[in-house]
Amino acid sequence: MRTYTIALAGNPNTGKSTLFNTLTGLRQHTGNWAGKTVLMAEGEFTYGKSAFRMIDLPGTYSLYSNSADEEVARDYIIFEQPDVTIVVLDATSLERNLNLALQVLEMTSRVVVCVNLIDEAKKRGVRIDLQMISKRLGVPCVAISARNKIGIDALMEQVEKVASGEISPEPVQIPYSKEIEEKVKELQPIIAQTLGTRFPTRWIALRLLDGDEGLLKSLRERMQEPTVPVKRERIGHEQTICH
Amino acid sequence: MSTSSIPLSDAATGSQICLDRIEVQGVLRRRLLDLGFVPGNIVEVVQKSPLGDPIAFRVNHTMIALRKEESSLIFGEYVGGDSL
Repeated sequence: MRTYTIALAGNPNTGKSTLFNTLTGLRQHTGNWAGKTVLMAEGEFTYGKSAFRMIDLPGTYSLYSNSADEEVARDYIIFEQPDVTIVVLDATSLERNLNLALQVLEMTSRVVVCVNLIDEAKKRGVRIDLQMISKRLGVPCVAISARNKIGIDALMEQVEKVASGEISPEPVQIPYSKEIEEKVKELQPIIAQTLGTRFPTRWIALRLLDGDEGLLKSLRERMQEPTVPVKRERIGHEQTICH
Repeated sequence: MSTSSIPLSDAATGSQICLDRIEVQGVLRRRLLDLGFVPGNIVEVVQKSPLGDPIAFRVNHTMIALRKEESSLIFGEYVGGDSL
């Protein structure tokens, strides 16, 4: 049985951790990531025929380099590349929450949008058109109440489909001004040449245009990682030749 | 530039302002944009501190307090509320 990795992203106080605890049954341990004092909980569970490893990313309003929390959450999605990222939205303040959803959709297509606190929204008379959200964003969208365990089956059904590749979502691409789009087109082949196609080149191009120093630093660190052991090996080889 | 555009720090309590430009720079600019301080969005001036700084604003159904340092660099026009 394959274990799929799921990341939970969302604004603070959207019920990410409640969903996490509902799914993992509190079998979590918190870990310190990337040398920063930002904690992410990690837990494992099985659902249907699949096993999942779930990572509760720090709650953030954004995934640009504004703070250590945001960098950790961003780096996880970009570098660890989870099989599915669940974006948890607060049904009672969708407008603010959707900003993060759009940012995640620029980074990865393997996304399931999860509108949490749906019972609370209903109480306040908020009606949410899930089909329309799903259609506009181009990814599955499910309403849940993590607290009252409503909609969890429907959510996991979509997560499993995206994880296994049964559905390949095609997220909406946010168009920018002509000037920016031209620069993105110019940068994309250079990025693909330097980093390969493992990373979302459009997103990286946009961050470079944004002057995101934090991302550049993370990229440089990751780029150096695989080259170091290779170099060491060569030195060792030459040394044996000398002997 | 529009002559009726005023900094958020000068807007009256209870008024609603449609933002037209944000002159804050750097990381804080990014943060403010993420929180909904974007051109075209409407911000309500909720409350001023006893000494007038900071000021609480409501943007995207969320209350956010800004220092004058920042709110004086965010501009917009009155669109409603009790501005007078």
